[in-house]
Amino acid sequence: MRTWLPSFLGTTALAAGLALGAGAALAGPTVDAIKARGKIKCGIPTPSAGFAFPDSKGVVRGFDADFCRAVAAAVLGDGEKVDFVPTTSQARFQALQSGEVDLLSRQTTWTFGRDNALGFNFAPTLFYDGQGLMVPKKLGVTSAKQLDGAAVCIQPGTTTELNIADFFRTNNMKFRPVVFESADEWRNAFFSGRCDVLTTDRSDLAATRAVANNPADFVVLPETISKEPLAPVVRHGDDQWFDIVKWTAFGLIAAEEKGITAANVDEMAKSSKDPEVQRMLGASDDLGGQMGLDKAWLVRAIKAVGNYAEMFNRNLGPDTPLGLSRGPNELWTKGGLQYSPPFR
Amino acid sequence: MVERGSPGAVGRSGGAGPLRRLLYDARVRGLLWQVALVAAVVWLGWWLAANVAANLERQRIATGFGYLQRPASFGIGESLIPFEPTDSYARVLLVGLLNTVYVSILANLLATGLGLVVGVLRLSPNPLLARLMLWYVEILRNVPLLLQLFFWYSVVLLLPPVRESLQPLPGVFLSNGGLFVPTLHWSKELLACLLAAVAGLVLALPLARRRREAALAAGRPPRSAPSILSLTLLPPLALGLVLRPDLAVDWPVPGTFRISGGAALSPEFTALLVGLSLATSASIAEIVRSGIQAVPKGQWEAAGSLGLHRGQAMRLVVLPQALRIMIPPLTSTYLSTTKNSSLAVAIGYPDLVSVSNTTMNQTGQAIEAIAIFMSIYLALSLATSAFMNWYNARVALVTR
Repeated sequence: MRTWLPSFLGTTALAAGLALGAGAALAGPTVDAIKARGKIKCGIPTPSAGFAFPDSKGVVRGFDADFCRAVAAAVLGDGEKVDFVPTTSQARFQALQSGEVDLLSRQTTWTFGRDNALGFNFAPTLFYDGQGLMVPKKLGVTSAKQLDGAAVCIQPGTTTELNIADFFRTNNMKFRPVVFESADEWRNAFFSGRCDVLTTDRSDLAATRAVANNPADFVVLPETISKEPLAPVVRHGDDQWFDIVKWTAFGLIAAEEKGITAANVDEMAKSSKDPEVQRMLGASDDLGGQMGLDKAWLVRAIKAVGNYAEMFNRNLGPDTPLGLSRGPNELWTKGGLQYSPPFR
Repeated sequence: MVERGSPGAVGRSGGAGPLRRLLYDARVRGLLWQVALVAAVVWLGWWLAANVAANLERQRIATGFGYLQRPASFGIGESLIPFEPTDSYARVLLVGLLNTVYVSILANLLATGLGLVVGVLRLSPNPLLARLMLWYVEILRNVPLLLQLFFWYSVVLLLPPVRESLQPLPGVFLSNGGLFVPTLHWSKELLACLLAAVAGLVLALPLARRRREAALAAGRPPRSAPSILSLTLLPPLALGLVLRPDLAVDWPVPGTFRISGGAALSPEFTALLVGLSLATSASIAEIVRSGIQAVPKGQWEAAGSLGLHRGQAMRLVVLPQALRIMIPPLTSTYLSTTKNSSLAVAIGYPDLVSVSNTTMNQTGQAIEAIAIFMSIYLALSLATSAFMNWYNARVALVTR
């Protein structure tokens, strides 16, 4: 019944995984293991609206969950062949290191330390985010610089935990961290007034505000205090698997650029005259074969979740409770940062 | 079995030689098995460790304890020693350790006091009282501790927010940001007075005991309170008159967000302390009850025939004997309370496990962090049981 049990078990599993040499990265290529298993084990957030959240039928919906589906469709031919493994912010890295999951698609910020010391590889950033602060409207606060002495609800083991300490220190202010491992306890503490401030990535703030009893009671302050590039993560040691995850992400972005959607992908595969589209969709070249997959890998991924824009709008966009605009997540051709290297 | 039995047995043993006879010796065999087992365990351990090292290397995961010197860069909500985010991970561990020890000691003390009362009342001849205590024990023992902690934490959070703090007394603020009370300004002079009081008390206790024994031997009623009180109170008062410490009061002041000044009891600490103490008190109550019931009935009767009434018999005859029986199970209860305090992580109290979790996630060095906190818990447990064993030996009945 201990809440640190998940992370402890994760660590035990990590130790066991490392000790017994059972880490999937070592037992041969990850893809072989996935194919033998018939499912991808994908680490997702513990419920987070818009990113991974079970709907009324218990099906996990969301941006992070959809990326898992895209990879499953590319590798296994079916976007539903995913074992979703909810991981807390604390337990996620051990889950990946130990081989408990093949892929972490979990609002994880790409940092130097994680890329190196933790032994990970980061796929392209699928969501450019930044850390924000949310306060109850009745506090009358309009800027983060007015927060001297505030109590701040934080999730441990996150980059936000470090950024908030830096922010208050550089602005010569004091704060009192109140740290919860469980996202539910963390939200409850803020909504019950235990903390004056809730801090996390802005997208997550929007998701949290969306589940408040009355979202209008809370305001997100204008300051963005950090860069939070959120990207899928894999273990060191299996370059083929890393390439597949990386190029599935690029493929969804390139599909938006080329106007390929879930609805027209079959049509485009047959009749598009664009040479790059022909290569992407396997009409003229066998790019999938270079990664150990077949020609139609990206067709299936796009059919499962749509292109990047479809995935974004369905889960996070203006018509959803989160109501996020694309902002820096627009395509590079429209002034944003989303950019795919050429498919050639 | 090489007795003079059938000729066959003699023949077999005769042909085997001393080596074979050694092999059939039960003691030698036992030894061989043990050596084999130890060798297997050592080999397994070495193999696991070598594999861990090799795989950490292959996945290029950072290893070693060098991270302990690096700055932690994150804040900790409450700490008994000064802590800044620029301090090292080693200091983070120390903060967590002190928080764990602090809450464990307080919870064990409170639980012992409460458990003693409940355990004694459980045996009360008053059926209402006894039944009430039975409910107390059964509910607290059978609801998982984690749920109890969540319950107490949500109770604490039901208090009004800081800006609408309750003020039961002037200068006392009660809100879901914690309980704030005024304190005296800490000064060297004040510390000196406090030390004088402690020293007085330490001196007074054995003195009072000797006088009490002398009084009893002389057949006078013992009166130890005056000497204890005078030795504890007079030196600090005299010192106070000489040093004249600045007796300014540190009042809690409501700020924009939080209350500053005074002494504070955080909601997380309060919920943890209350939850742990109550849950543990139920176990201790059962230990006390069983301890009392284990004292032979004849002791009650003997006390009664000396003219002691029930309360005196309990206090002077039964409880001292029950104490000896209670100590070993109490030791394991204290150990579990210390370990149970790690549930703090669920309600946001920065105990050892909580800060270690954060550390392992920020550094990625899970194996090192877990190894450290496991060793610390082991050390705490061994220290607790060493103390309790010493105490047990001290109060044990000396038989000759």
